[in-house]
Amino acid sequence: MTVKIRIPTTLRPLTGGESEVEVEATTVAEAFDALEAAHPGFRERLYDESGNLRRFVNVFVADDDVRYLEGAATAVPEGETISIIPAVAGG
Amino acid sequence: MATFRDLLNEAKQQIDEVDTATAEQLVADGALLLDVREADEFEQGAVPGSVFIPRGHLEGQVEGRLTDKAAKVVVMCAGGVRSAFAARTLGELGYTDVVSMAGGFNKWKDEGRDWRRPEVLSPEQRNRYHRHLLLPEVGEEGQQKLLGAKVLLLGAGGLGSPAALYLAAAGVGTIGIVDMDVVDDSNLQRQILHNVDRVGDRKVDSAKKTLTLLNPDVNVITFDVRLDASNMEEIISGFDVVVDGADNFPVRYMLNDASVKLGIPVVHGSIFRFEGHITVFDPRNGPTYRDLLPEPPPPELAPSCAEAGVLGVLPGIVGSIQALEAIKLLLGLGDSLVGRYLTFDANEMSFREYKIRQDPSNQITYENRDRIQVVELEGHCMPAPLAAPAG
Repeated sequence: MTVKIRIPTTLRPLTGGESEVEVEATTVAEAFDALEAAHPGFRERLYDESGNLRRFVNVFVADDDVRYLEGAATAVPEGETISIIPAVAGG
Repeated sequence: MATFRDLLNEAKQQIDEVDTATAEQLVADGALLLDVREADEFEQGAVPGSVFIPRGHLEGQVEGRLTDKAAKVVVMCAGGVRSAFAARTLGELGYTDVVSMAGGFNKWKDEGRDWRRPEVLSPEQRNRYHRHLLLPEVGEEGQQKLLGAKVLLLGAGGLGSPAALYLAAAGVGTIGIVDMDVVDDSNLQRQILHNVDRVGDRKVDSAKKTLTLLNPDVNVITFDVRLDASNMEEIISGFDVVVDGADNFPVRYMLNDASVKLGIPVVHGSIFRFEGHITVFDPRNGPTYRDLLPEPPPPELAPSCAEAGVLGVLPGIVGSIQALEAIKLLLGLGDSLVGRYLTFDANEMSFREYKIRQDPSNQITYENRDRIQVVELEGHCMPAPLAAPAG
């Protein structure tokens, strides 16, 4: 199943500037594996050493925070968008 | 040909009248009191909480101000004549539960019932804020609220500049500004409070000059200090809303802890290159910064605008949205961004919105406010443990 991943400005250098990447996946974890395979470097930005999603990166499926769903195991329906929203502090 | 007497008698047959004591009771029970006298009469004295629409503007304005046509309305004027005609008009407009107060304001006042001289806008203010006064959702009452409101801006930089300008223009009566920097040439690409003549000046002084020139109604309070745990609570207390335009994580977390402790809503804005984020943290009524972001990224993953750059117009848009959200909070207007994280991508010209929730593991909550300790934060910005419960 094809799902979309929104890439934030801070991580676009990893995708060569692309703001959206399409991957084949049924869960957030699968989508991030596919993203890492296509554009290496995402894994360490998204997961900590113990393999948990980092607490300073918010991941949403549609507009829902996966922390309140099933984390990386959250299912992603066909055609749905996963958004990666890292913290920024600029003012 | 009917005389005035005939018209009045006819009107009174078509409406219900109540005496002042009954009117007072109805209002205490939740009825709306509509004052249809002229502005000069109203300014001499009025019943607190009454809605003022002069008889001459009644048909034109009432449907915008009194949207519920089934609500109980008590109409009053000075003596009970104009209110009788007004009550009949309201009936014709479809208001179903309207009474006229016999004896009017004069009798009300003579009987010693509650009244006071309303705060009114000066002719200059009426002109300046005319476009606000035309909006039924703002009106004179809303404008008075803005003039009585106090908003604190964290930073007189990229976000603080547009936010401060619009808040001052809107007539927010007290604007506090915290910034310890001086104006630098490299600021002028986006920090529109400042200009070339002010390069080298304290930013707060430059901001005050600009805002006072824009609107002399505004009292600008400057804090030319570095925010830290020792002054944070003292500085933000007393403000109704804080507009957060800080440029680093520790200050944003410290602001969170102090604002949760004091129950003050924070309008959050942050920017990076072409991307902006905006939300409202209302600790009494929704998620806060620590719910959104339990910990900040390490510095190598979160370059500042000084390192990574920012398109100059971007903070103009984000800061303007912050000003808008602050004004909505002050006026109780519309749907705020509480619980909604709005992101803006300037390259795509797209807005997206995400739900944010209260994190059950976050202990820095309004319920725990008496035990929150605002401390200096570094690195992971972990909050100080809650103090032991008092007693």
